[in-house]
Amino acid sequence: MIQEKIREKARELLTNKTVDLIIGFGEGSLPLRTTPRFIRNPEKVDRLIWNSFCENNLSAYLHKLGQFKVGLVVKGCDARSVVALSLEKRFKADQLFLIGVPCQRMVDRRKVSRAVKGEILQAREAGDLIDVKGDGFEVSLKRDDFLYSSCQVCIHRNPTRTDVLVGDPVEESPLKETYQEAKAFEKMSPEERWRFFEKETSRCIRCYACREVCPMCYCAECFVDSSNPKWIEKGLSPSDLDFYHIVRAYHQTGRCSGCGACERACPMGIRLTYLTQKLTMDVKELFDFETGIDTETLPPLSTYEMEDKQEFIK
Amino acid sequence: METPWEPKILAFLCNWCSYAGADLAGTSRIQYPPNIRVIRVPCSGRINPLFILKALQSGIDGVFVSGCHPGDCHYLSGNYIGRRKSATLKRFLEYLGIEEGRVQFSWISAAEAGKFSRVIGEVVQDIKKLGPAKRFVKREDSRAMKFETRNPKHETILK
Repeated sequence: MIQEKIREKARELLTNKTVDLIIGFGEGSLPLRTTPRFIRNPEKVDRLIWNSFCENNLSAYLHKLGQFKVGLVVKGCDARSVVALSLEKRFKADQLFLIGVPCQRMVDRRKVSRAVKGEILQAREAGDLIDVKGDGFEVSLKRDDFLYSSCQVCIHRNPTRTDVLVGDPVEESPLKETYQEAKAFEKMSPEERWRFFEKETSRCIRCYACREVCPMCYCAECFVDSSNPKWIEKGLSPSDLDFYHIVRAYHQTGRCSGCGACERACPMGIRLTYLTQKLTMDVKELFDFETGIDTETLPPLSTYEMEDKQEFIK
Repeated sequence: METPWEPKILAFLCNWCSYAGADLAGTSRIQYPPNIRVIRVPCSGRINPLFILKALQSGIDGVFVSGCHPGDCHYLSGNYIGRRKSATLKRFLEYLGIEEGRVQFSWISAAEAGKFSRVIGEVVQDIKKLGPAKRFVKREDSRAMKFETRNPKHETILK
């Protein structure tokens, strides 16, 4: 079982002092939740778990490594973020030990809670089923019906870069067409698209959870916090909300692994992945680049080709 | 009498080529529409996408960016880097529903005064067709402003 293997590997790494710290997933305090778990003591590796709710992208911690040597539990998307960050030289090569896990696609807890009436008090995963118990109900749900939309379209479930792979690689096949959100959005008229975008952003409360959770958002001073130049006002005017969301997404050009952490973190349920999906599509089409696959190729906006397309330039 | 609407267009011109091209157009007495406000930048690669967004948010009807032809960059590769940024930003803004043509790009050398005047003419025509910018423009009646007017206490504290 994957969970046992993760623990075993973590124990081995900590005992050998290969790493000082393991960052993995632990049981959350609520059903259907997991929490990032930091393990320093080899005797406590049993706190690490692996299930269908290990949705967080733990590579977001790579900016805070300091001098520690860290063992990091990564899924396919997390590993791609790690590769992207290593290209941006965010950590030293010998600082990181990747425990790669082929991902079984993660389950969206919000979709599960919507499927039942009342509060979920207990949840247990058994094979392909999730047994959910609550006040006055007890149901078994098929996990594949409740996957995250970003996981449904994922075609890189096996980590692209790992130091050790735990479990057998899974067969890569998209369940549905990739980038379906962006493609559906593109079919609308410009007016409809703008209205949709404004409607989504209008719910934003500027908590910046999408920024905080994103492994690629690590600027020492974010453009929203900069007071000179002051790019953006602090208020909730629709235009400022649009501005924030345009720039947050655009900064991910050629860097986003499509893990969907931004959308999962949003307390207001704002759709965000259709924005980054478009950028990923464009980068693939224009520069034939895919984030986190190749450990050598520079991110597209830090380099250039003489032959880049330029029909749009007069 | 009401004056007809004229678009306001912000032009980011590279110091080493397009800016000199505009200068040449001026000294050669070549006419071009007076709708552009020029900002001189050291290179088209210097243009931060935030400049363009900020301009659009401030109510500018169109943004025009012009730099050196490929191979002519004073800093060797600035225009290539700029080209990648422009390509992705332009596509992204159009994807979101900002009208195609609000943001335009060109290569104009210091000798191409004729091309400068022609391109500016085209850009102004395109933006006139689109009409005044509405989407993304920050307005006085925004939610934040309403909050202030709805809460007079807030104002007294400030005073």
